[in-house]
Amino acid sequence: MATLLLKERRIIADPYTELADDAPLPDGPVLVSFPRWLDEHEVLLGRGVDVGVRLPNDADADVLAPALLGASLLVLDFPGPKDGRAFSQARIFRDLHGFEGEIRATGTILRDQIFYMHRCGFDAFEISEDANLADILAAFEEFTIAYQAAADDHIPAYRRRHLQTEA
Amino acid sequence: MMYQYDSIDHQIVQQRVDQFRHQVDRRLAGELSEDEFRPLRLMNGLYLQRHAYMLRVAIPYGLVNTRQMRMLAHIAREYDKDYGHFTTRQNIQYNWPPLRRVPDILQDLASVEMHAIQTSGNCIRNISADHLAGVAADEIEDPRPYCEILRQWSSFHPEFSYLPRKFKIAFTGARKDRAAVAVHDIGFRVVEGPDGENGFEVIVGGGLGRTPVIGEVIRPFLPKRDLLSYTEAIMRVYNLHGNRDNMYKARIKILVRSLGPEEFGRQVEETWERIKDGVLVLEQAEIDRVRAFFAPESYDEAAAQNFDHEAAAHTNPAFARWLGQNVKAHKEAGYNVVFVSLKAPGVPSGDITSTQMELVADLADQFSFGEIRATHDQNLVLADVPNAGLFPIWQALQAAALATPNIGTLTDLICCPGLDFCSLANSGSIGVANAITDRFEDFDYLHDLGELRLKMSGCINACGHHHVGHIGILGISKNGEEWYQIMLGGSAEDDASLGKWLGPAIPKDDIVDAISRLLVAYVDVRLPEERFLDCYRRIGREPFKEAVYGDAAA
Repeated sequence: MATLLLKERRIIADPYTELADDAPLPDGPVLVSFPRWLDEHEVLLGRGVDVGVRLPNDADADVLAPALLGASLLVLDFPGPKDGRAFSQARIFRDLHGFEGEIRATGTILRDQIFYMHRCGFDAFEISEDANLADILAAFEEFTIAYQAAADDHIPAYRRRHLQTEA
Repeated sequence: MMYQYDSIDHQIVQQRVDQFRHQVDRRLAGELSEDEFRPLRLMNGLYLQRHAYMLRVAIPYGLVNTRQMRMLAHIAREYDKDYGHFTTRQNIQYNWPPLRRVPDILQDLASVEMHAIQTSGNCIRNISADHLAGVAADEIEDPRPYCEILRQWSSFHPEFSYLPRKFKIAFTGARKDRAAVAVHDIGFRVVEGPDGENGFEVIVGGGLGRTPVIGEVIRPFLPKRDLLSYTEAIMRVYNLHGNRDNMYKARIKILVRSLGPEEFGRQVEETWERIKDGVLVLEQAEIDRVRAFFAPESYDEAAAQNFDHEAAAHTNPAFARWLGQNVKAHKEAGYNVVFVSLKAPGVPSGDITSTQMELVADLADQFSFGEIRATHDQNLVLADVPNAGLFPIWQALQAAALATPNIGTLTDLICCPGLDFCSLANSGSIGVANAITDRFEDFDYLHDLGELRLKMSGCINACGHHHVGHIGILGISKNGEEWYQIMLGGSAEDDASLGKWLGPAIPKDDIVDAISRLLVAYVDVRLPEERFLDCYRRIGREPFKEAVYGDAAA
């Protein structure tokens, strides 16, 4: 299925080249599997260009995070419309480990999940070529306030209430 | 007293209504297939059943005010077939709403601070509570503020909306558990802490359905400040490690069983360590803020003098019977807890018409501070009725068929909608329930049988909680016919236990006779004042098996 990359509310060309495990290195940013990253990250980072890592959705984010130091991109997978594991993976990378690079959602991405993905720390989305872009962008705006703190906003609603009354 | 929405709550609910209206429009315009629409509508409690859509409206911890109850009546009348159905999770269901009108129903609900958010789908569902919260004499602390706090935290939680399976949480704040915390995914029980501060005992992994399990105490004492962070840790472990290969083995109870409670608890603690001192700390100011919404009513000290129970009972035996069965003690002198029985003969358990709903609202306004509770036995409660209100309430309820004096007895049974409504069912349940109610209509006999919890499910998904009935009945399909299995000895209360099968399945024509024989046997051998459940636990299954199956059992 052909996909487009949505980042910062625009469709952009993907700067990363995805590599098979045995493929030679081209110029420019590369996206590799986690085993390849483990083997070669020093070499890859030594080139001075961005390196992205694709992770399976059952990877233990908390355990692997220290080993991913230096990666600029993490690609997390939604294998089906009901599988929500990557929501937790993203929050772990973003909130617990302070990952500042791009966290990209791939796989089955329902338009109506995008808002939650965004709240969990995803900032890039591989959407279907056929997707209605205007509709997807509207998805980001459907809720202007949230009850609980998440990666996008560390003040839960109830704290706001107290701040308001204290002011 | 109850929680009042502020502008934040209103905005969130309104945006959800707008979002759903847009989703329905896309569905009706063919832009969304049924497959794509399904997870979206389930998040708003809209099921597709045997005959029609079914909408499940959330009643957070079972509490409604009269304005809300009148709106529920209006919805039944305006959009449905003039009745609603109260469920075992304190919600209300409508069985016949047309899809194109559901956004309007949600809009009407929003106008009275109600919604259908997360009453379905693989997310955190309605949080249920003890129906006597705030009024029970054995209460340690009213759990409802914590239910409300957790409700908000769980609503539209971005990380936990695509769980392996549905997730159900219950709270009790009393010494006696009336919220079935032992058979929920997470059960919280308020307990007194080591230094005098209350906290929560945390029970995880209980549940019914195909694999009934009593929950494990994962943490004997959790300080209040840690309620949100600890729950988030449990949910994260479940989201990451719960089984996603087999939907029948995907609840958290399976994960707790497969890891073992110690290892599960360890993983939760490890996850919790990373988040326990951050933004999720529940501050005292917030506890105080929400608690203020649930302040006790302004009780009238003179209420205790206003009534001569005995005189009224003498002159009116029917009233006396109702008093004895459907009215329970309140912690405040002169006040009473009145149960509104939704178990009248010939009416499916939990069903109520719009007119009846309006009557209950009127009575609540007049006599019970404008609030009503739904129980997880599918009845309603007027929780703060002064003595002087008892007789007029009884008269009004009696005239509306809401005063069947059967609370806690055999005919106060739980029954799922079954084959008549539900596409998952194997057998009819409502018909059997009606037959049982007919057979046991004699109140003297019924009351003599004493406390009996009969729970019936039309299939192994156990929405009727048959595993935790003193008598449980499960409908099965055998050779294309409706047959029934009996189990005995289950309980959803503090002495929680799962029932055991009595014997081979029984055909539909014989099931009521079988129950009858069971109860004759009980009456024969019971000790004075001994409940059916205790009798069973004392003498075991064999005498009952013989009574039901006779020589065939030998």
